Amino acid sequence: MILSRLLQSLAVLLAMSFVVYGLMGLMPGDPIDLMIAADPHLTAEDALRLKALYGLDRPWTERYLRWLGQVAQGEFGYSRLYAKPVWEAMLPALGNTALLMAAALGVALAVALPLGILASLRPGSAFDHAVNLLAFASVSVPTFWVGLMLIVLFAVQLGWLPAGGMETVAAGGGGMGDRLAHMVLPVATLAMAGIGQYVRQMRAAMIGEAGHDYVRTAWAKGCGPARVVLNHQLRNALLPVTTIVALEVGGLFSGALITETVFAWPGMGRLIYESVMGNDFNLALTGLLLATAMTLLGSILADLAYRWLDPRVSLR
Amino acid sequence: MKPATLAAALLLAALAVLALAAPWIAPSPEALDLMARMAPPSAAHPLGTDELGRDILARLLHGGRVSLAVAGTTALLAALIGTAVGLWAGYHGGRADAILMRLTDGVMALPLLPLLIVLAAVDPAKLGLEPQAANSEAFAIGRIVAIIALVGWTTVARLVRAQTLSVKARDYVRAAVAVGATPGRIMLRHILPNVASPVVVATTLSVGNIILIESALSFLGLGIRPPLASWGNMLTGAMTAIHSAPQLALWPGLAIFLTVLAFNLLGDGLQNHFNPRAHT
Repeated sequence: MILSRLLQSLAVLLAMSFVVYGLMGLMPGDPIDLMIAADPHLTAEDALRLKALYGLDRPWTERYLRWLGQVAQGEFGYSRLYAKPVWEAMLPALGNTALLMAAALGVALAVALPLGILASLRPGSAFDHAVNLLAFASVSVPTFWVGLMLIVLFAVQLGWLPAGGMETVAAGGGGMGDRLAHMVLPVATLAMAGIGQYVRQMRAAMIGEAGHDYVRTAWAKGCGPARVVLNHQLRNALLPVTTIVALEVGGLFSGALITETVFAWPGMGRLIYESVMGNDFNLALTGLLLATAMTLLGSILADLAYRWLDPRVSLR
Repeated sequence: MKPATLAAALLLAALAVLALAAPWIAPSPEALDLMARMAPPSAAHPLGTDELGRDILARLLHGGRVSLAVAGTTALLAALIGTAVGLWAGYHGGRADAILMRLTDGVMALPLLPLLIVLAAVDPAKLGLEPQAANSEAFAIGRIVAIIALVGWTTVARLVRAQTLSVKARDYVRAAVAVGATPGRIMLRHILPNVASPVVVATTLSVGNIILIESALSFLGLGIRPPLASWGNMLTGAMTAIHSAPQLALWPGLAIFLTVLAFNLLGDGLQNHFNPRAHT
């Protein structure tokens, strides 16, 4: 079962690489045009010779197969923007994004799960309505605007926190406190966007469990409210929430694209955006495929987690 | 009807009227007044002016016109594709179903925003388009509609397929087959009306999402491009002036937020209306 899911994901990845390779060829400019723009001494003949030298005069399907062969050998090429091999440019970005996303996920869950549980205890109460409205607001608000508003408030008006970057660029750098200060606003932005869906999932799952016989039995045999809710209901209600979180882990490496761009956070999302905008074909291609691979892996992970936590469910 | 649903519907109706009437209320969203850049609110400019001295209220109205037109068209197009795929896969089953659902799963598994960025960065000249046509307003709007619809049809396809599978086993469908109705007629006359309500709900909910995606792409410089106003690209301008004129970032974002919120509340209300039991 797991093998067939992996094979399927590999097929999607391969199809995606074909499509994206084709799309890259349709983007403005090509590598030789960029060379000509950078060096006025190049003549038209030079350009033609260079095209032949790099195989750019061949049809793109042939170039795609050659690229695929090189990737299979672990050769991803050179990044134009960073003037480094693609992997060396990408590794730090991966780490930065993982740090940002893990912190945001932690904050979002820490706020959303208690709210969802409390709201589920009295469906229809004023508190429930307030939480529901908050959840709607969270899924409806544009992330980049939240980021901008936080910058306006905390960086421009109050001057408490830095507006972007990962640390203060100064002699000696910033140290731990400075790095944490740089994380506050982007983490808050990302967390605010995530809270809504977790609250709704948690609340719905808790209400769904509340009607089951085992919960009524627990009440009937005289369990206290805290024990019924936390020991009985919550353990089962966490199942669907876990699946959503596992799916989220897949998006971990590209999901913060907008937030990273607003806050100039040097992560994967921003790397993909800048490489596409800056005609850095190798970097964009690898970044996009890595993001796809992670998303696919996340959905497999979600299925596995579900099956492990709930043995009644078997993979189709 | 819940008060929230009613409020959402009224807000959207008001927005639609304002968007339609924008050319008469505020005729010149692109008029520059470089002497009055980033001016505070006044009688001539009720919300002030932006970093190029353009009237913010006029740009908000025209931006809303563009955003609503894009989101509405995209949602309809995506619903159309999704319904067609779902009906075909659900009704015919077998290999067609397997292939179409694998495709749906595949598209659903892709990282949405990075993919949209690559699609939006494609050079129209390399697709053989005349520069004249490529720079037209209609192309700018059509392009963003097309790329979002291309990845946005999957939710509806799944819903319609599931619903079709259950409806096609009903007696009235089997009766229609028995009297010799063609598959096309059965799908359109007998199955489609019975799968319509979840499609309406999903489409309403998707409009909000599409506005968010369009504004994000426009904000990144890849959606609706200046001088044409959109709520997203107004925020791009606001971001560059964030230290000198932080007030510019307020209105376009608020407009996006309220519109998306209204569509989500309306979709939620419709869901309760069509299927009161499904909601806890």
